[in-house]
Amino acid sequence: MPGSLTRDAITIALVTGVLVWVLPLIIGTYTLTVLVIYGMLALSLGLIWGFGGILCFGQAAFFGLGAYAYAISAINIGESTLPMFLAVLVPAAFAALLGAMMFYGRLGDVYLGVITLVVTLILFKTVNSTAGPQYAIGNARLGGFNGIPGFPTLNVPGLPDAYIWGDGYFYVCAALLGLVYMLVTALLRSSFGRVAVGIRENETRMSLMGYDVRARKTVMFAIGAAIAGLAGALFANWAEIVTPSLFSLGQSAEIIIWCIVGGLGTRLGPVLGAAGLAYLKFLLGQQALIDNALVTGLVLVLFVLFLPKGIVPALSGLWNFGFVRWRLPGHIHQRRRPRGRERTRNG
Amino acid sequence: MDLYAVVLVEMLYGVASLVLISAGLAVVFGMIKVINLAHGEFMMMGGYATITAVNLGVNVFVAMLVIAPVAVGLIGLVVERLVIRHLYGRLVDTMLATWGLSLFFIGLVTMVFGNTTTGISTPIPGFAIGDYQVNGYNFFIILVSASLLVVMLSVLKGTRSGLIARGTMQRPDMAAALGYNPDRINMATFFCGSALSGLAGAVLAPLVGLVPTSGGAYIAKAFITVIAGGPSLIAGLLSSASLFGAVNQIFTFAISPVVGEVALLVAAVVLLRVLPKGVTGTFFKGRP
Amino acid sequence: MSLNRRKFLTAAAAAASASTLPRMAIGADSIKLGSILDTSGIFDAYGTPMDMAMRLAVNELNAAGGLLGKQVEVVAYDTQSDMALYSQYGQKLTRQDRVDVVHGGILSASREAIRQIMRKSRTLYFYNVLYEGGVCDRNIFINGVTPAQQVEALVPYAMGKSGRTVYILAADYNYGQITARWIQKFVADNGGETVGVDFFPLDVSDFGSTIAKIQSVGPDLVIAPLVGGAHLSFFRQWAAAGMKDRIPLASTTMGVGNEHKVLTPEEGDGIMVAYNYSQELDTPANGAFKEKWSAAYGDSSLIHEIAVSNYQGIMTWGEAVRQAGSLDREAVIATLETGLSIDGPAGRVTVDPKTHHAVLDVHIMEIDGQGMRVVETLPQRQPIDTQAVCDLQANPDDNTQYEIQI
Repeated sequence: MPGSLTRDAITIALVTGVLVWVLPLIIGTYTLTVLVIYGMLALSLGLIWGFGGILCFGQAAFFGLGAYAYAISAINIGESTLPMFLAVLVPAAFAALLGAMMFYGRLGDVYLGVITLVVTLILFKTVNSTAGPQYAIGNARLGGFNGIPGFPTLNVPGLPDAYIWGDGYFYVCAALLGLVYMLVTALLRSSFGRVAVGIRENETRMSLMGYDVRARKTVMFAIGAAIAGLAGALFANWAEIVTPSLFSLGQSAEIIIWCIVGGLGTRLGPVLGAAGLAYLKFLLGQQALIDNALVTGLVLVLFVLFLPKGIVPALSGLWNFGFVRWRLPGHIHQRRRPRGRERTRNG
Repeated sequence: MDLYAVVLVEMLYGVASLVLISAGLAVVFGMIKVINLAHGEFMMMGGYATITAVNLGVNVFVAMLVIAPVAVGLIGLVVERLVIRHLYGRLVDTMLATWGLSLFFIGLVTMVFGNTTTGISTPIPGFAIGDYQVNGYNFFIILVSASLLVVMLSVLKGTRSGLIARGTMQRPDMAAALGYNPDRINMATFFCGSALSGLAGAVLAPLVGLVPTSGGAYIAKAFITVIAGGPSLIAGLLSSASLFGAVNQIFTFAISPVVGEVALLVAAVVLLRVLPKGVTGTFFKGRP
Repeated sequence: MSLNRRKFLTAAAAAASASTLPRMAIGADSIKLGSILDTSGIFDAYGTPMDMAMRLAVNELNAAGGLLGKQVEVVAYDTQSDMALYSQYGQKLTRQDRVDVVHGGILSASREAIRQIMRKSRTLYFYNVLYEGGVCDRNIFINGVTPAQQVEALVPYAMGKSGRTVYILAADYNYGQITARWIQKFVADNGGETVGVDFFPLDVSDFGSTIAKIQSVGPDLVIAPLVGGAHLSFFRQWAAAGMKDRIPLASTTMGVGNEHKVLTPEEGDGIMVAYNYSQELDTPANGAFKEKWSAAYGDSSLIHEIAVSNYQGIMTWGEAVRQAGSLDREAVIATLETGLSIDGPAGRVTVDPKTHHAVLDVHIMEIDGQGMRVVETLPQRQPIDTQAVCDLQANPDDNTQYEIQI
């Protein structure tokens, strides 16, 4: 990645600021909030899959765990600050255990996919069958299929009665997404991030170079889960109800689609993919002409066939193309990319 | 004593139905390394094909055993030509594309058949084991799965196309070098796999209430069974289906259906952790 | 700064809506009815006929000259069986569309997802579905039957036809759990004994071992509040095992989504149920309703219990607005609380002022030739379960869903 971290940080802050100012003019903040949350969820998978090479079929498990951890602890504690931390820590700890089990067992790609998928299903089925009154943690009834409604929502730390909701809540979520995005950027710039990308590219070579691949993958997996857990807690606050469908296979699959459509191996791609597709789903619900599943399915198939790298890499490819073409001769980019220039000339 | 006989029948039925719902996926994954996440929807369409045919006056067994597999096989053929063909060798991309297809088919079937639950009644009456009444259709399913395994084994082992298929499975490049068109072999395999999915959906249709989203209930189980079975097709299918089917039914009977399902899933996680290459990757290397 | 921006936002939003949505200006003089239902996804078998019933009711109101001289305009959203979309559209209906009333929600989870939104935004809310009972909130009106209304009628009848030991198979969520407890209570009250209770998650479709287990217990009667397409498999497998003629079945849910039309007569005949509505209800009101439905949609076979509830809910609201002479929430609630009644396709429906639930007719029926044959009609049943815990006259600020202790 060219440029310095400080420059990246300034760019991210500026872009977040502008978007937070402009977008509410177009879309209601209530819908925007959930788009931001989904963006954060997609970013969590984009990080571990796009940069860490770990294809997790069960990212929704951590999202759901975060949401449930928040809801259950908020009911028992009565305010939101500690529950927010728990919502990050519980999924991270769970992922660290699960990751250690998988990575130290040297499971291959497909098996990894199956195990994450199965764990999601186990969580889903277990939570789904807790409707009876005997299933409660502290004061919180788990509620089974109907989920847990009516827990205390986000408040200003230290002031349990000062709830953050409505527009204010949107700004909090947007700021948190900006912050997470910045942390992810910093992580990828650190030596840990570079080694992670190295592992993605060639696991054997990295382990021969003396890096402990298993430990690094486990840590990466846990970081992804922590971000997903935070997104889950934010979602719980937004919806004011948590249900087992947060753990569902459909939810996991949706996260994967967001990443694919947006573009793997980028940070922006998953966020944009999530926001775009979730908004599309929202718009589709307002018409009755065509079945919504059909459209979503078609979008996915077409992307895999024609734009397998996703929107953001394709767009940045286009951008570079135009960039090279209109650049004054002799610039460093041309020397670094002679082939790009040839292509321009021929095409 | 009668109770044990009943439990045994239920266990056999559990294994047989797992074999049945996983066979199509196993063929497609084992032979051409495509994980077909639209497998459940292929089964669902097999069910709809059966019900439509029966409502048009076709004999129920003809509808289940002939019409549904052929119809779904043809759908599979179209899918292979339009989509899968472009994605061979890209495991993750095929999973995503077929997942998209599964949504597409749910939408399509909803638009065509509507969303009300449909179904046909079981064509075989129940009968008694001692004091217990048992669903006679269970035996039909056990019979169908057993003959399916025998047919698959004899085709793979005993016929020339089976030999070619096995050869392509192990070394696609060598098979191509020997003049067998991999494109056509892939196409044929996908057709067979889809037809098997259609058959499974058709045979299970009289037991359930069918809706366009029914497929989702099968895909996870089939996926787990196939992966846990490992690389060899029939031995893998049979061993993992026996294990999971038995675990599921025992826990269902002893405690409750939820515990049964969860026990199946936990067994899968443990199995994959202990035998990361699947059952047959560890014990029966290199057999079909 | 923020004040300026806020003003700018308001101005911009006004400009945007004025320029892009000219229809809004015309619509300003109409009454807006928000509807929020799953018309696609796994619950659409319930939602689609409810949506049809809602449109039928609104067209009828409009054909009669509208309400307060204005036409009723429908703002409908499809939540695609996704609980997250309920919150989203609920907010949109109250904040952006600013509707005058919201009818909708199918599953209890979906109702709980939007109930607080409606309460906070002071938008009157009607939940027109049979459900587990216990919601106590002044802003909501519910006209579906509750477990006590159904079970109190069904259990004695079914036990009278079979015997005193009962096995319960229930869907594993709130509705099933609570209904199962009510069944146990009424079984005990009628001198019977519950010999087994099993709960099934909504996606279980294999009941082989359960059927064997029931036989090893050998009850006189099986009561099965099972829900949805997967659970329909139970009735099919039960018949396939030849159990139908050995142990009679009763259910509080079978047929709500017209499931009995999917089972063959051999599989379905004889199952005992109790509801507010049946297509086979032989009353002039039902005949007229079926004719109206056929005229609008060509065929009346899709009508089911909760579609009729939805129709009756909208008619109740319409009548209340007409009598109140105003759209003001307080005025409409006050009118409803006078014990307002309407005569719907399923008979007289009266608002119970204490609980905001409904007093209505419950019909005991047997499934017969893919229809529901009415055996006995119990007129004007009170929602006694919710009445035991909820009194909105005494505590108008109550906002809980009670779990009724039995």
